[in-house]
Amino acid sequence: MFVLGIESSCDDMAASVVDDSGLVLSSVVSSQDDIHGLYGGIVPELASRRHIETIVPVVEEALKRAGITIDDVGAMAVTRGPGLVGSILIGLSFVKAVSFARSIPFVGVNHLDAHALSAFLKDGAEDKTPEFPFVSLVVSGGHTMLSLVEGYDKFKLLGQTRDDAAGEAFDKVAKLLGLGYPGGKPIDDLAKKGDAKYIHYKRATIKKYNLEFSFSGLKTGVLNTVKSLEEEGALTDEAKADIAASFQESVVDVLVKKALWALDKTDCDRLVVAGGVACNSRLRAKLKAATDKEGIALFIPKPAYCSDNGAMIALLGLRLFEEGLSIGSFETNALPNSDEF
Amino acid sequence: MAKKILKSNSSEETEQIGRDIASTLRGGDVVTLSGELGAGKTTLTQGIARELGIEGYVKSPSYTLINVYESGRLPLYHIDLYRIEGMVDLETLGLEEYIYGNGVSVIEWAERIETAGPGGSADYLPDNIIKVTISHEGDDRRRIEVLREDSDERI
Repeated sequence: MFVLGIESSCDDMAASVVDDSGLVLSSVVSSQDDIHGLYGGIVPELASRRHIETIVPVVEEALKRAGITIDDVGAMAVTRGPGLVGSILIGLSFVKAVSFARSIPFVGVNHLDAHALSAFLKDGAEDKTPEFPFVSLVVSGGHTMLSLVEGYDKFKLLGQTRDDAAGEAFDKVAKLLGLGYPGGKPIDDLAKKGDAKYIHYKRATIKKYNLEFSFSGLKTGVLNTVKSLEEEGALTDEAKADIAASFQESVVDVLVKKALWALDKTDCDRLVVAGGVACNSRLRAKLKAATDKEGIALFIPKPAYCSDNGAMIALLGLRLFEEGLSIGSFETNALPNSDEF
Repeated sequence: MAKKILKSNSSEETEQIGRDIASTLRGGDVVTLSGELGAGKTTLTQGIARELGIEGYVKSPSYTLINVYESGRLPLYHIDLYRIEGMVDLETLGLEEYIYGNGVSVIEWAERIETAGPGGSADYLPDNIIKVTISHEGDDRRRIEVLREDSDERI
C-alpha cells in the first residue's frame, strides 16, 4: 500500500509517498526560506498564502517521483497540529477534498509524534531503525521536548521547554549577531571558526534530573555580550564567531545532558533525536560521543527527515491507519495547540 | 494620561513589575510590550500571568503567534508579532477576536502592527492601551516605562 503524507504546519509545504514497509519513495519539500529570508522571520500569513499556491504542485511532484498516480494511493496522512492554524488548514482541507473526491481514507496526525517516529523511515540499504521503547528528543524552532515512546500512539511526555524552544534561540541569536534566517545553519557554520570557551554561558539545567528546558536567559546573556562589545567597538567578526560557538556549546550541552538524564530516569538504552536542530553538527557530534560512552543506541534521521517533511507524516499515518486509529472525517479539525491532542 | 518609570536589576524584578501591572488590569485591557530581543518581555508577561492566577509556564508565542491561558481570574491572550514583518494582512490573522475580547491581551512586538500591510496601522489597536517599553541599561539592568494615554489613571 502507498501512503501519501502532507505536512503544512509551519514554513514548509511538504508531500511524500511511503510504502507499507516504511520505505520512502519520494519526499518533496517546497522550502520557503528564500521568501522568509526577505523579511527576517517567518511570516505566517505569507506562509499560508504560499501553501495554497504550492500544495498542488508539491503533491503532484511527490506522486510523479514515486512513479504512481493518486489512484494508487491507499491512504493519506496529514498534520492536524500543533502549528499555525491557517497553515494547517490548507493541508487538512486539501486532504479532505481529495478523500471525498477519490474515496481515499485519511488519518490526522500529530506533527511532534511524527518527528519522534521519523527514525523509522527507510530509504536505503543500511537503514537502522529503533525498537520500542525509546526516548525521543524533538528539537525545532517551535518545540523542545523529551518523550518516552512505547508505541506508534504511546507517548509519555518527560519534559519540554518553559519558555523559548532551542531552534527559536538559534534564530534569535542569529538575528542579534546579524546573521540570516533561519539561524541554525549560519550559527553552526560560524561557530566552527570560533572559540566555544570564549564565554561560559550558564547552562540552564534548572536542577539535576529536571527534564524541563529554558533558553530565554541564554538569549539575554548573548544580548548582554553583544551590547557590551558594541559599546567597546569590539564586536568584530572573530568576536561574533566566538559568541556563536559559546552560545551553541551551551545549548548543545543542555540538550545532551537532559537526553542522558531522560534515558537514565526511564531505564532506556535507545535515543532518537529529530527536529530541525538535530541537523546541528556540534549536537550530532556530542550526542554520538556521549551515547557511545554510555552504551546507548543513537538514532538521528538524515537531515532531510529531521527538518519538517511529509515522509514522517506518511509513516505515522500508515501505522495509525493499520491500527484503525485517528481515521479522519469531514469533522476532523486542526489542533493548533499541542495540549489539544 | 499616566506614566511611570521603573528600574529592574534582574529577571526576578522584571517579573515582579509584571505582577504589579497585572494587579490593576481588567477584562478588555491591552498591554503592549516593546523592547529588543532578550529585554525581558516574556519574563514580564510571566509576572502578569502569575498575578492573574495562571499556573504553569508562559512559553514564547513567537512561533505560534498566540498562546491562550484561561485558568486565571481573567483570560490571558499572549500575542507575539515578532515574525510579522511587512506585507502581512493583519485582518486575516483574526487577532481582533482576542484583542477586543473579555480577557487581557499582552502583545509583544506591537510596533510591527504599524508597519504591517493591509489593516496595519495604529488604529488596529483599541485606545485603552498600557504601553510598556523595556530598554537595556547594561548587563541585567532595565528601564521599564509604563504609559497610559487615555484618561484612565490605573497603571
